[in-house]
Amino acid sequence: MGAPKPHLDANEADLIQRVCQGDKEAFYGLVRPYERAVYAAAVSILHNPADAEDVAQEAVLKAFSNLARFRGEAKFSTWLIQITINEARLRLRKDHRHLYESVDEQRTDEEGQYFPKDFADWREIPSEALQREELREALKQAIAGLAPKYREVLLLRDVQHFSIEETAQALGISEGNVKTRLLRARLQLRDALAPGIDGSWTTGQAEYRKVRPW
Amino acid sequence: MSMVEISCVEVWREISNYIDAAIDPELRARMEAHFKGCAHCTAVLDGTKNVVKLLADGVEYELPQGFSQRLYSKLKG
Repeated sequence: MGAPKPHLDANEADLIQRVCQGDKEAFYGLVRPYERAVYAAAVSILHNPADAEDVAQEAVLKAFSNLARFRGEAKFSTWLIQITINEARLRLRKDHRHLYESVDEQRTDEEGQYFPKDFADWREIPSEALQREELREALKQAIAGLAPKYREVLLLRDVQHFSIEETAQALGISEGNVKTRLLRARLQLRDALAPGIDGSWTTGQAEYRKVRPW
Repeated sequence: MSMVEISCVEVWREISNYIDAAIDPELRARMEAHFKGCAHCTAVLDGTKNVVKLLADGVEYELPQGFSQRLYSKLKG
C-alpha cells in the first residue's frame, strides 16, 4: 500500500483497494455515502438540478477512472468534492451564465467588512417553525442570492459539515479565506431572514414581505 | 484583573469563529462579557446561530428522485 494515508478510514481504504483490483461494484459502496454531498456541491454552483445531476455523475465517473491516483493526502470525501467543484466550474465556464456570475464576483469585496443590517431579536426558533414553508423558501432564496464563493463555503461548512481545513482543501483556498467567506455568508443569510423574526416565522403569516419584498 | 473591552465591530468580525469555537479562550471571554451587556450583538449571535441550525439538516439540497439508481446504472454501464 506504500506510505500511510492518515486521512483514510479502514473501510474506505479496503474499498479503494478492491476497486483498484477490478471490483467495480465496490466503487458504488465507496461513493454512496457522499452522493448527496456531490449533488449539493454541483447544484450550489450550477443552480439547475438537471445540470447539477449531470455534473455530479460525471464527477463520480471521473473519480472512478482517477482512483488509482488518489493518494490519501485528504479524505476521500474531500477529494471527491474537489473533483465535483472543478467539474461544476468547468461547466459554468462553458455556459453563458458565467458572465453574470463574474459580474457578481466583482461586486462583492472580499476584504470589505460586512455589518449586520438590523438587530431584531431572534432568540429561539421553535422546531415546528423550522418546517414552515415560508421560512424554508426564504432560506432557499437567500442562499441563491449569495455570490458563488460565499455559497460554496457555506454549503461545505454548514450543510455538509466539512471542517475548515477540509473546506479549504476542497475549494483550493486558505483557511483564513474560508473563515472570512463563511462569516459573510452567515451574516448575509441572517439579514435576509431577520425580517421574519417579528413573529411571522412562528405564526406562519408572511408579514416580512411587507418589510423586504423580495 | 479587568478584561480589555471589545467593540461591536470586533465582535461581528469574530462572531462566526465564535460559533465554530475557532477562537482562543481569551477572546472568547471578552466576547462573552460583551454579549452580556449588548442586546444588539446578542441578537446577531442568536440569529446567526439559527441560520447555522437551519442549514444543518440540508433540506435545501435533497437529491432528485431516482438519482441513486441513475448513478448506479451509469457506473455499471
